Amino acid sequence: MKKTNEIILAIETSCDETAVAVIQGGNKILSNVVATQMEIHQKFGGVVPEVASRHHMEQITLVMEQALEEAKVTMEQIDAVAVTKGPGLVGALLVGVNAAKAIAFAHQKPLIAVHHIAGHIYANRFQAEFDFPLLSLVVSGGHSELIVMDEHGSYDIIGETRDDAAGEAYDKVAKALKLPYPGGPQIDRLAQQGEDTYNFPRAWLQDSYDFSFSGLKTAVINQLHKLRQKDQTIDQENIAASFQSSVMEVLVEKTYQAATAYEVKQLIVAGGVSANKELRERMEEKFKDSSIQVMIPPLYLCTDNAAMIGAAASIQYHQEDFADLSLNANPGFML
Amino acid sequence: MLMFKTQSEMETKEIAIKLAEMLHPGDVITLDGDLGAGKTTFTKGLAEGLEIKRTVNSPTYTIIKEYEGRIPLYHMDVYRLEGSEEDIGFDEYFEGEGVTVVEWSLFIESYLPVNRLMISIEKVDEQQRSITINPKGDRYEQISKELKE
Repeated sequence: MKKTNEIILAIETSCDETAVAVIQGGNKILSNVVATQMEIHQKFGGVVPEVASRHHMEQITLVMEQALEEAKVTMEQIDAVAVTKGPGLVGALLVGVNAAKAIAFAHQKPLIAVHHIAGHIYANRFQAEFDFPLLSLVVSGGHSELIVMDEHGSYDIIGETRDDAAGEAYDKVAKALKLPYPGGPQIDRLAQQGEDTYNFPRAWLQDSYDFSFSGLKTAVINQLHKLRQKDQTIDQENIAASFQSSVMEVLVEKTYQAATAYEVKQLIVAGGVSANKELRERMEEKFKDSSIQVMIPPLYLCTDNAAMIGAAASIQYHQEDFADLSLNANPGFML
Repeated sequence: MLMFKTQSEMETKEIAIKLAEMLHPGDVITLDGDLGAGKTTFTKGLAEGLEIKRTVNSPTYTIIKEYEGRIPLYHMDVYRLEGSEEDIGFDEYFEGEGVTVVEWSLFIESYLPVNRLMISIEKVDEQQRSITINPKGDRYEQISKELKE
């Protein structure tokens, strides 16, 4: 069954993007279709789980057909069907898992269950081959983790957030600043025009690679309350710049310390927050004089997509790590 | 109804640890309080009391996080379910093998079991917190009584 240039049909529906991709040999994108629900959720100021599941259901068949068509392959040429098992919203995940099971069963193809974060890390394999040991910083709405990999498919979490994820802090601060959803890119944009004048706290958490963003979020919100109470004007640019500065300083510094301590060859930045302009710049600057290769995926592979799921699935395909038809979505799936 | 005044994060955590020691599988706790009141601190205390080794962090994005311990802990933040009628299998958690902690429980009021331990944390000042424990049903009355001693 195993072959080297396998073609994988990959499905990702863990949050608000309905995505299907066709990937060859783990690093060649034949097609990568993403139907976003961004506009729908903008109206609600965030992702509404029930709405997300319904839209996934409406979109999944169409997106799948389009992905196959763009890749110019038929189901007969597909060697395996891969899907995100978790973590994510259970109702949303289920749509993808059930679609994958149905199509794998109908066409008698092996099924591969992929961890969403493994996918974000493997998004970088479209750029360059992995060189172990490597360190990955995963930053998104639900994650802030430092993961060491000694080989394909092995993940050692050496640091994680003790409270809120970085992206979550972004969303909450954006909400407090009354910025439209999604808040991350908005804050990044404002921050480019402001300066770090508020000097918000930095949570260093001595002797640990863990993160904490809850205190910072509270500090920003308290500052906004104070300004509003005193009827003072809120300089959104400076608030955004000060907040972002605090997040970035900690992310970059801790990543650098971990990368040095674990003597890694590569640093991979992954997850939705890796689209942040300042994070990309600061990270590249910090590692400029080091021998560690920094890899940050192109923007379209930073946000949720199915190409990355196909890339991670390729490794599992070669390790013969298959799922059977009893596969279920697992919203709290551990790496 | 039971009320505690705590002077520090540590004291808040200690109450949670003590409470965790009395919990059984299938127990349901609702936990309310403003941003920064100490809901996460309280849940970390419960996790410690339930002998959970992993870091307990925000479940806001995935809505539910599960942890293995002496008794499993199901930590829910249903904030994002506001205005939604979606049942994400709540009964399986509430009647499951673990202890369920629900933040922002008002958004899933109709799915909550009648019997439950309602906890709210209020910020008095930077350090001081007022913790109110409101038991619904005999089992939780008993826990509340023991906690008082």
